Amino acid sequence: MFYRLSGVHHANYVSDSRIFKVPADRNLTAFIFLIGLAAPFIIPSLYLNSYMLPWLIWTAAALGLNLVTGWAGQLHLGYAAVMAVGAYSSIHAARFGVPWEFALIIGGLTSSVIGSLFAFAALRVKGLYLALTTLAMQFVMDWVLTHSPAISGGSHASLQSPTLALLGQEITTDTGFYYVAFGWCVLVTIFMLNLKRTGLGRALVAVREKDFAAAILGVNSFYYKILAFATSSFIAGVSGALLVATFFFLAAPEQFSVAVSIQVLAMVIVGGLGSIIGSYFGVALILLVPGIVNGLVVTLSDGLGMQIDVETLAHIPNAVYGALIVIILLIEPLGLGKLYGNIRDYLMVWPFDQFKK
Amino acid sequence: MDWVFLSELAINGALTGLLYSLFAIGLVLIYKASSVPNLAQGGLTMVGAYVVLALARDVGLPLWLAIPLAAVVMFGLGFGIERVALRRLAGRPVVMILMLTLGLDIFLRGTTLAIWGGTSRSMELGVSYDPLFFDDIFISRIHLVGAGVALALFVAFMLFFRTRTGIKLRAIADDYMASWSVGISVERGVGLSWALASVVAVAAGVIWGEIQGVDQALSLLLLKGLTVAVLGGLDSILGAVIAGIILGVVENVVSDFLDPLVGGGSRELIVAAVLILTVMIRPHGLFGRHDIERV
Repeated sequence: MFYRLSGVHHANYVSDSRIFKVPADRNLTAFIFLIGLAAPFIIPSLYLNSYMLPWLIWTAAALGLNLVTGWAGQLHLGYAAVMAVGAYSSIHAARFGVPWEFALIIGGLTSSVIGSLFAFAALRVKGLYLALTTLAMQFVMDWVLTHSPAISGGSHASLQSPTLALLGQEITTDTGFYYVAFGWCVLVTIFMLNLKRTGLGRALVAVREKDFAAAILGVNSFYYKILAFATSSFIAGVSGALLVATFFFLAAPEQFSVAVSIQVLAMVIVGGLGSIIGSYFGVALILLVPGIVNGLVVTLSDGLGMQIDVETLAHIPNAVYGALIVIILLIEPLGLGKLYGNIRDYLMVWPFDQFKK
Repeated sequence: MDWVFLSELAINGALTGLLYSLFAIGLVLIYKASSVPNLAQGGLTMVGAYVVLALARDVGLPLWLAIPLAAVVMFGLGFGIERVALRRLAGRPVVMILMLTLGLDIFLRGTTLAIWGGTSRSMELGVSYDPLFFDDIFISRIHLVGAGVALALFVAFMLFFRTRTGIKLRAIADDYMASWSVGISVERGVGLSWALASVVAVAAGVIWGEIQGVDQALSLLLLKGLTVAVLGGLDSILGAVIAGIILGVVENVVSDFLDPLVGGGSRELIVAAVLILTVMIRPHGLFGRHDIERV
């Protein structure tokens, strides 16, 4: 018999406000958390550094964008610019001699302030027009960044990041970098998991569904929109700073271009709007699959004895990346998070329901 | 103040602006019929230019035959994109449709470059590079040709919207549900608008390819095209033409004053500023329809 649950429904407020609605989710999370902790001892350092670390930091960033786009329903095509603000301000602070803990917070706060500017566009328009305005703001930010040597670091437009040091410990090893990224990602995830259960989260959802209707119910949509932008920008700023401090080691304007904004939005939407586990999946898919496909193409062509143009190879990941976005949206517009939910609900009905009884 | 120089800037700006309109007409056609912001128009333009080149160079057809053939190919591609991708997302929130067109854009660009390579190619339309002189004012010939094409397309679409099919498209643009209920095939109408926008993309691709070479940079016209479309009102073709002229003049004249102050490259900034100001002051643009939202 093929049947599945229509969704997870609750009979009382206590069960409705649990972090994990389903025990399986809690167990899975604990398991993944343990794997994450043990990762440096399991995974070879090359993979740890070039796959796991960017995955975690981009996930934290994507969760920030999910807050503003998935929860508060405000389109944001200038997220990379906000990340750039955080990255540049905390690296300048660190170079100035501010301890890294404070430099990161400074980066986050500066991002919050600049990112709230985007919110003023959100107060006037929404939907498509908001997307276009934030896109234009991204271009303005890019322009400011590349045209002011004082920010971008002189004629080469690159800024060396000082050695990361937290709590008096200099962090130089791959393992150390990994744990910093892991810690930040866990923090953001815990924040986002709890957001759903608070009044703030419910207000944001009300604003998303219909801001006029929310206003009639007494939710100050002006205040919550700004709050959403400021919070997500804080997360963006710190993520941007950590990305440079642990992964790139060198800040350059191209790392935060329009294409990157689109990429983060793609991660969030492919993962599923408003879905936390979805953001993890989405980032993994967008970040890793194009490279993997390219590797496959190379092995296949070598195996078949075919010669593929270098230029063709260079552009295949891009084509795959675009195709992934289109295909996932066509299969399940609500993203990978929804697919995961469907599979989980199905399993809860069929094999695992039998064990419970 | 040098009036000759200023009018030269303004005239050439207006001509360039009409070329932006050429691009923006494609955006407007699709938005008008289906309220979908087509962020893949840059990718389509690029594909259009590459298809023309593929027919002309790789197959060896003369250009006068290659361009109409490419238009036919792109007509089919536009129909196909609507049928395969856009139709399945009809009625979904705008964020998903935006993302879909962005994904299409990335896919079209990646595929085109994977097939034909990223090195810049020239279109070689055969238009002379010698500028025309009117008194002391230089005018580039290719810009003049492009502006002519843009105006011709504008007139053609104005006439088209008076034909039976055109009236159906206008009805769809006005009200989806109502046109459905009187028996207009909305799907076919929206598909047709995508196909027409793809044909416009061929025209834009050929002209812009002649001006700046056929390469990835063609898709960067998107920001300018969007700005023109929004300034004119997203659902007005007349608006796109007029806004194109305005943007072209403003960009050319203001950047001439601003460039020495900020050290060059202020064009992008001006375009972005025009887009932000338009949305802040008059989101529905100069000639667009102002929709009132119900709670």
